[in-house]
Amino acid sequence: MKEMLIILFSAILVNNFVLSRFLGICPFLGVSNNLKTAMGMSTAVIAVLVLASGFTWPIYTFLLEPLGFGYLQTIVFILIIAALVQIIETILKKSIPSLYQALGIYLPLITTNCAILGVAILNIDEGYTFLQSLVNALGAGLGFMLALFLFAGVRSRLDKADIPQTLKGLPITLVAASLVSISFFGFKGLIERLFG
Amino acid sequence: MARKKVPLGKEFTKGLVIENPVLRLVLGTCPTLAVTTSASNGLAMGLAATFVLIGSNLVISLLRKVIPEKVRIPAFITIIAGFVTIVQLLMQAYLPRLNESLGIFIPLITVNCIILARAEMFASKNSALPSIIDGLGMGIGFTAALFLMGTIREFFGNGSFLDIPLPLLSAGGYFQPVLIFILPPGGFFVFGMLIALSQKLSEKFTKSSASGNALCSEFISDPSVCALCGGCGLGSGSGGKTAVNERTEEQTEPKPDQAQTAENEEGGAQA
Repeated sequence: MKEMLIILFSAILVNNFVLSRFLGICPFLGVSNNLKTAMGMSTAVIAVLVLASGFTWPIYTFLLEPLGFGYLQTIVFILIIAALVQIIETILKKSIPSLYQALGIYLPLITTNCAILGVAILNIDEGYTFLQSLVNALGAGLGFMLALFLFAGVRSRLDKADIPQTLKGLPITLVAASLVSISFFGFKGLIERLFG
Repeated sequence: MARKKVPLGKEFTKGLVIENPVLRLVLGTCPTLAVTTSASNGLAMGLAATFVLIGSNLVISLLRKVIPEKVRIPAFITIIAGFVTIVQLLMQAYLPRLNESLGIFIPLITVNCIILARAEMFASKNSALPSIIDGLGMGIGFTAALFLMGTIREFFGNGSFLDIPLPLLSAGGYFQPVLIFILPPGGFFVFGMLIALSQKLSEKFTKSSASGNALCSEFISDPSVCALCGGCGLGSGSGGKTAVNERTEEQTEPKPDQAQTAENEEGGAQA
């Protein structure tokens, strides 16, 4: 249990996937403009992350590894993720149209979100068990959501600020991201303090 | 698609400066930020991506008439992942140290927006030779940007260049290295400054007042490409969203969609 909590908290706060591991920067910069899109995007990311980890881990451990096809990891994982995203999209469209309205538009973007493939590969690299992988994926997703939400707040302030012409748009956004990232350094000693 | 004459020189040079994938199109931000803690890492990442870019562009352009329209994206991704695996195995065998420092970002070349965007925008519409040249130009542009960023971060953050400590700058010299430059916040900061610089320079030379908001749409005429990577709506919040809307309907009616997107973007700007 303690181990699970350590994985969860380190994925959310200490090694935040967006701000300290640089996974999923594209959507982080792209959809953090307002809270509504940030909400939709991060919910979709969390769902796909956990499902993708739930599928890739058993396939690697019980199929690729014993058969000696470990080197096919990248190809197999990206295909699983692409298929998964497609299936989720189709199911949502047919069965829960209201949810599809809310999340559907973000789903195609997710295939190429490096956080998904990144977490799937990290789970294998770090030698996590199945349950640990799921917790890690959940933590990564929640960390993504947290970063997106915090940053949406920062950006809404930036819109009203008086910024030099050259820095307008993306540059000032990146500088703001840098400052938000510094603030996450505050969590560095958290794990040792909490779990000793 | 008929074979048309493409000026090869231009295809090569566009990726270097005007359509530099990192500094102008702002594609592939994840590896740009993550691996540029030193100049050699940036260089290695750039070269690995260049290899994948050239290989996948070549294969996709050769197969462009065979791959059905509907499944083209998964097909492209599979081809790209194949080349990534080649790079991964080669690096594991011959450059184990670099492989370790680039770590997870080698397999993640698969989902690098630049490669998929070039496949979709260029290789799937052109013959083999221009596609190779395009891949080469874009790859060198990517490598140059990563090398530049790695150099800046290594210089300020570690007082060295290509892992060789500079005598006056490293510890004990006249300058205390600013560690934060090689930490994640430094990556965001340096990248922001480089984008600002490239915007300023492009304004000066092209006399256009293109701000960061127009970066992607300025060069990418087909917004469905933007949808491939969630970040193409950079600066204009709902951009990614509208691009997706467009993509789902693109095959049926391309023309009215354009108008619809314009409307959507206006709506997003007002909101």
